Amino acid sequence: MPDIQIDDYFKNYPDELGHFGPYGGRFVGETLMGAIYELEEAYKKYKNDPNFQAEMDKDLADFVGRPSPIYHAENWTKKLGGAQIYLKREDLNHTGAHKVNNTIGQALLAKRMGKTRIIAETGAGQHGVATATVAARLGMECVVYMGAEDVERQAMNVYRMKLLGAEVVPVQSGSKTLKDALNEALRDWVTNVDDTFYIIGTVAGPHPYPAMVRDFQSVIGREARQQMINTTGKLPDTLVACIGGGSNAIGLFYPFIEDESVAMIGVEGAGHGLQTGQHSAPLSAGTPGVLHGNRTYLIQDAAGQITETHSISAGLDYPGVGPEHAWLKDIGRAQYVTVTDTEALDAFHELTRTEGIIPALETSHALAYVSKLAPTMSADQSILINVSGRGDKDMHTVAAMAGLNF
Amino acid sequence: MSRIKECFKNLQADGQTALIPYVTAGDPEPWVTVPLLHALVDAGADIIELGVPFSDPMSDGPVIQKACERALKNDVTLDSILDMVKQFREKNNHTPLVLMGYANPLEAMGYEKFAKKAQAVGVDGVLTVDMPPEESDEFLRLMDGHDIDTIFLVAPTTSAERMQKIAQHAKGFIYYVSIKGVTGAAALEINEVTAKLEEIRKYTSLPVGVGFGIRDGRSAAAVAEVADAVVVGSTLVRCIEEHSNRPQELPAAVASLLAEMRHAINARDLASVSA
Repeated sequence: MPDIQIDDYFKNYPDELGHFGPYGGRFVGETLMGAIYELEEAYKKYKNDPNFQAEMDKDLADFVGRPSPIYHAENWTKKLGGAQIYLKREDLNHTGAHKVNNTIGQALLAKRMGKTRIIAETGAGQHGVATATVAARLGMECVVYMGAEDVERQAMNVYRMKLLGAEVVPVQSGSKTLKDALNEALRDWVTNVDDTFYIIGTVAGPHPYPAMVRDFQSVIGREARQQMINTTGKLPDTLVACIGGGSNAIGLFYPFIEDESVAMIGVEGAGHGLQTGQHSAPLSAGTPGVLHGNRTYLIQDAAGQITETHSISAGLDYPGVGPEHAWLKDIGRAQYVTVTDTEALDAFHELTRTEGIIPALETSHALAYVSKLAPTMSADQSILINVSGRGDKDMHTVAAMAGLNF
Repeated sequence: MSRIKECFKNLQADGQTALIPYVTAGDPEPWVTVPLLHALVDAGADIIELGVPFSDPMSDGPVIQKACERALKNDVTLDSILDMVKQFREKNNHTPLVLMGYANPLEAMGYEKFAKKAQAVGVDGVLTVDMPPEESDEFLRLMDGHDIDTIFLVAPTTSAERMQKIAQHAKGFIYYVSIKGVTGAAALEINEVTAKLEEIRKYTSLPVGVGFGIRDGRSAAAVAEVADAVVVGSTLVRCIEEHSNRPQELPAAVASLLAEMRHAINARDLASVSA
């Protein structure tokens, strides 16, 4: 394991070329290199600009409804009989998930860069909806790429995007899911690079995306850190979040990285079980490689071809993961575990019945792990879970599991 | 002298433009590739770009995406492609071969293992679409150590500063991507290409090839007017797709398409020499 000074983490990662140790970087075709440097320049310029910050803060407060509260899940804590469980309520954000924190940031950047057209990829549709929402508000043209299979599975979110004025393009290539939507969005960007801003929805892609999306999502951890201190008088013992690309997890983890007493656990989708090969857990069962602009852990075969993934939750159904998570795993600062579809579904019902909160199926993976972890800890310890989104979008999936059809 | 360098030297001595076809290895079936390569040489290919299929070819349009899918359905791997090269070299020891593809299959094999094997079977160059000079230090060192030319792309969006950097790292030739877009998209604009090539030549003495958007003899001849090499890909791959159900006829069909471009380029070269 690389020996890293955690005290210097904020200063050192990523390096100026966008590397987190061996991960990250900029692996894209030459046509996009100019656009990526242009974006990096703009981001550097505006991220500490007081006017940009003020506009962003105002939008996060008045449009999104931040700060999102933390909630002490007392019923569930009592039932599990162990650590105190706190929920960071990103599900209460406008559009129903953490995704909007990032789309607001990137859309404001796009506006300042003079771009008139926004593109995005989406899996479950949450990032697509969050992008279409900010595009509608800023009066920008918006095109969302979505795997043809996901278009079928998430008809409601497709309709929401259309209502918001976005064009939704079903992607027919490859496995017709999120990774193919990302390929297609990159192809669009190459073709329309002059006027188009690509809003990537997770901490993946070429530098500066992983660092930029992390920074926009870090509002989650900054708020939560202060809220936990205010509520409990100390930092939480353990943070838990689900991981697809990893944006909600890094948003929660990042402000705590140099707090070495705080354990950080990312929960990947084990799908039907790691041993079946039908999962979406690159950190737990994958190997390093290069995809979508960065080096990271991937689900791939021995010849370096990306293989198909599976998760009950479309938001976790991706063969890669943000490069910073790859690095946090290698240096041992965060731990990555998995939860199966069935376990996630059980946790979904559990939280719904005990606390009156219907979580997204993605979030349910984090909850399922906590249901195993909390009883092993003591009552004076605390676990903070990022409730990355609400479960409204998953009604069809959950009902179908119970044999119901609307 | 590398095969690529020698090839350009001979062509330039005769006032000729290089013709570089691209085909995806193993498309539509693995056994077709070696006979197809020989047929391309017979039809006038000076250098061949052999595509290494990848599951997520994000810089390619639908034509080459589908070619990758057809090849991968037959379990074509970098290893099996190197075997194809070995087989090709049994009958042809002069035509330079460039492997073109994405970084991940090379990462999976390991750069060093790849460099050794590729050199041993007679690969002359490698073009990795998603590996810019910024990420290439180790890769360049290993390819260089095994006499494999590293070919880089220059795009319409490439700044002068980057051109300089790319020119420092490039070997064999420079590949100018003539349009903003994926492979097989729009038609190229010859005046813009001419201006950009002049700029590139300020920074390099390497030959400059032009690809993306060349569809027929006419556009090939127009590009030959200004470039050292004409690269043609999607048009040939589309022909492969059309013949994927009768692969026996495929080498001849693709070769006749290439021959048409060869004739158009030769006619242009001849006119230019006599003028």
